[in-house]
Amino acid sequence: MSKLRPEVTGNDHIQGNVNAPVELVEYGDYECPHCGRAYPVIKKIQKKMGDNLKFVFRNFPLSEVHPDARMAATAAEAADAQGKFWEMHDIIFENQRSLNYEDLMGYAESLGLDMDQFEKDFNSRKYSDRVDEDFESGLRSGVNGTPGFFVNGEKYNGIWEDTELLHFLQSKVHAQQHEHH
Amino acid sequence: MLEVGKKAPDFSLFTTPDQQIELNQLKGKRVILAFYPADWSPVCGDQMSLYNEMLKFFHKQNAELIGISVDSKWCHLAFSRDRNLHFPLLSDFEPKGAVSKLYGVYDDKTGECKRALYVLDEEGYVRWKYLSPVGVNPGADGIMDALDEMNSKK
Repeated sequence: MSKLRPEVTGNDHIQGNVNAPVELVEYGDYECPHCGRAYPVIKKIQKKMGDNLKFVFRNFPLSEVHPDARMAATAAEAADAQGKFWEMHDIIFENQRSLNYEDLMGYAESLGLDMDQFEKDFNSRKYSDRVDEDFESGLRSGVNGTPGFFVNGEKYNGIWEDTELLHFLQSKVHAQQHEHH
Repeated sequence: MLEVGKKAPDFSLFTTPDQQIELNQLKGKRVILAFYPADWSPVCGDQMSLYNEMLKFFHKQNAELIGISVDSKWCHLAFSRDRNLHFPLLSDFEPKGAVSKLYGVYDDKTGECKRALYVLDEEGYVRWKYLSPVGVNPGADGIMDALDEMNSKK
């Protein structure tokens, strides 16, 4: 059974309640069409589960098949330097087919980022290294394709489409509530 | 499958229409042998594409990756170009499956290789092996752990 390595830390991009009973980690590729389809599914899950869910996104760009994926991932990391990781993450997934350099610059501008700073960060090693570190952690965790999901540190090999993942996560919440009572 | 600690048998197979690779020539390097059922089938494609992204991790560990299936060298050529692969695919084509049989990973029912991994050390001894369910991409964590463990035992 593949386990998440390393575990989620404060360095991760986290949405939702950090103390939630259920933690969902996605290893994703911004250019991957499956990840694009998973994007609204996750949004729906987050809405339904509210404070019961902590969601974490880690980069897993398959650069040989998706030539713009690593650059897009670096752009989201560079946006994080100005506190806009999730905004950039969302805008990229919503415009998956337009991910060249100019497109990414345009998204950054539309988010009101300081463009001089963004361009500097985008071209620095720091943020592309971060993407590579995520990728390596995914390999070590046994990610074998994208999107790769981990629930409370364990690899989720089920179906994520429709409501399967939601139901699985909800069952985890119930299981934990039982333990506490 | 061959047992851990056994010497991996030598072989020579076509990797391109006019070039062969002999296992013994890779002495001094660690070798990852990835046997897989077929070019073009969805899971293998994902598995090989994944490994293709991590060659630098393997190279850092002095390891070379080799894919092996019973597909012909011309099929490998097309598949490799299509997926932009940067590592050799060997053709266990004639006599069909001879090397896979030698390594205990030939599936008589389908006439294809099983989905199996071996990690060999610098001297060509088996240090790790794994047989995956045929429909499951085994990922790379097992290979990475095996390479790390070899470092720690040096």
